Amino acid sequence: MPLELVSPAEIAKEKVLAVQEYAELAWRSVTNLFRQPRYVADMLLQADNIGVGSLPIVILTGFFTGAVLALNTSSTLEKFGSLSLTGQLVSVSMVRELGPVLTGLLVAGRNASGMASELGSMKVTEQIDAMRALGTDPYKKLVTPRVAATVVMLFFLSIISDLVGLCGGWFISYALLGLDSYQYWTTSYQTLAYADVIMGLVKPIFFGFLISTVGCYYGMSTTGGTQGVGRSTTQAVVAASVLILVVDFFLTRFLMVVL
Amino acid sequence: MSSITHPADLPAPAPFPAEDKAIVFDDVAISFEENEVLKSISFALTRGETKVLLGIAGSGKSTILKLALGLLRPDRGRIWVLGQEVTAMTEQDLFALRSRVGMVFQESALFDSLTVRENVGYRLMEDHSLSAGEVEQRVAEALRFVELEHTLDMFPSELSGGMRRRVAIARAIVTRPEVILYDSPTGGLDPITSTTIIELILKQRDVYKTTALMVTHRLQDAFVMATNCFDTKQNKMVPIGRDSTTDVETTFLVLRDGCVIFDGAAEQLVETRDEYIREYIA
Repeated sequence: MPLELVSPAEIAKEKVLAVQEYAELAWRSVTNLFRQPRYVADMLLQADNIGVGSLPIVILTGFFTGAVLALNTSSTLEKFGSLSLTGQLVSVSMVRELGPVLTGLLVAGRNASGMASELGSMKVTEQIDAMRALGTDPYKKLVTPRVAATVVMLFFLSIISDLVGLCGGWFISYALLGLDSYQYWTTSYQTLAYADVIMGLVKPIFFGFLISTVGCYYGMSTTGGTQGVGRSTTQAVVAASVLILVVDFFLTRFLMVVL
Repeated sequence: MSSITHPADLPAPAPFPAEDKAIVFDDVAISFEENEVLKSISFALTRGETKVLLGIAGSGKSTILKLALGLLRPDRGRIWVLGQEVTAMTEQDLFALRSRVGMVFQESALFDSLTVRENVGYRLMEDHSLSAGEVEQRVAEALRFVELEHTLDMFPSELSGGMRRRVAIARAIVTRPEVILYDSPTGGLDPITSTTIIELILKQRDVYKTTALMVTHRLQDAFVMATNCFDTKQNKMVPIGRDSTTDVETTFLVLRDGCVIFDGAAEQLVETRDEYIREYIA
């Protein structure tokens, strides 16, 4: 196959078009919530798949993240005679940052890929066209339920991850570091400020929206048969993961200023 | 070409050319990137007529069907379907029009996560205008038409290629549409199954008098359509006799290089002097 050179202008045009199409999909996924029909059954099905389906990996990851956080910081804190601060450190780290971000990355790996491959397969086998031909808006039927379900479920999954992470930290503090349980939980609770909790609850809403819209966008724009489905799936996971980390930075900065 | 509707970009509706026409294409052109698939397509499909679209692979036959249904937007030209100008309608308006048009996709395009019952009754279930019992009755009726009543609870993956195509026909006719678009309904099937599918299309044409636009690259299917009719007494297709009064109204449209090079009846097609067509039908 001869090598084709594409001009930078063409590449830029393609990127701008992709951003425009993504923005349109994201906008429609929100506005469709206020239009009939609403496909509540599809939303519940997706919530079960995304929320309940991701629960085991979120619990496992959350627990071990909290545990390793306690383990890693204990040696430093011990040098300063501040081992009792382990609870505070685990608590703030999990609630402000690690809980939402790690849960977001896990759900991105599991569900952005799932959405891209599912919708991508439907696209290349003309099922999306068939849906339109049968008078159903695929954005309403397929995209909006996934976006709504991911936003809601990631919010709760992050809370669960925070709690389980604190349990992991407590396990290490109690079993290996010999800290008092009451002290651990009291310092963990008391150190959390209003701003920390708000930050930990706002982030998953943005991450959930990003994961689902990116997954659906790559799925709905799939071309090129089964190879195209594979490509979309990979791109969806990579884009969603990178976006989570980038948006996390800006969101943290913004919330630090606002709160 | 774009499949996304931007109301501001849509032209103002033009008056419909003639009331007895089900589909009208007027100087329609469409390109995919650098490839100009359709250059200037103009034809009309009269109500009650079946028009067979012929042409080599990649000549834009399936694109014409997708344009008629508003699944694709042309770069130029106007399209009317059942008196409404598709090229001047938004995606939301098109959903209502599409309920009056059935489409059988090339690879069936059945929803693989739904059963045959849910696939066939999809449109009726989405409408919520019929009770569950009525939907069940209509689904059973459509499946009986294609002789697949026993597959109600099966998934598309459990069906053969021919059965999937028949379920796709059942899904297209369940809403009793005024026009049906068939996209290579016999493509990739063995000759016996192909004949079964053609027989079903004939049955729909002759029993329900449904207007149809059928894409095929199998010339044999096209001529079977033109030379046979469905006998309801014998419940099978029979050749049209010389003294037969049956008017099958099946015409042919041949595409070449993005343009229509023939639009007429079977007899005219056979007698044409166009070398390309003679080679095509040889």
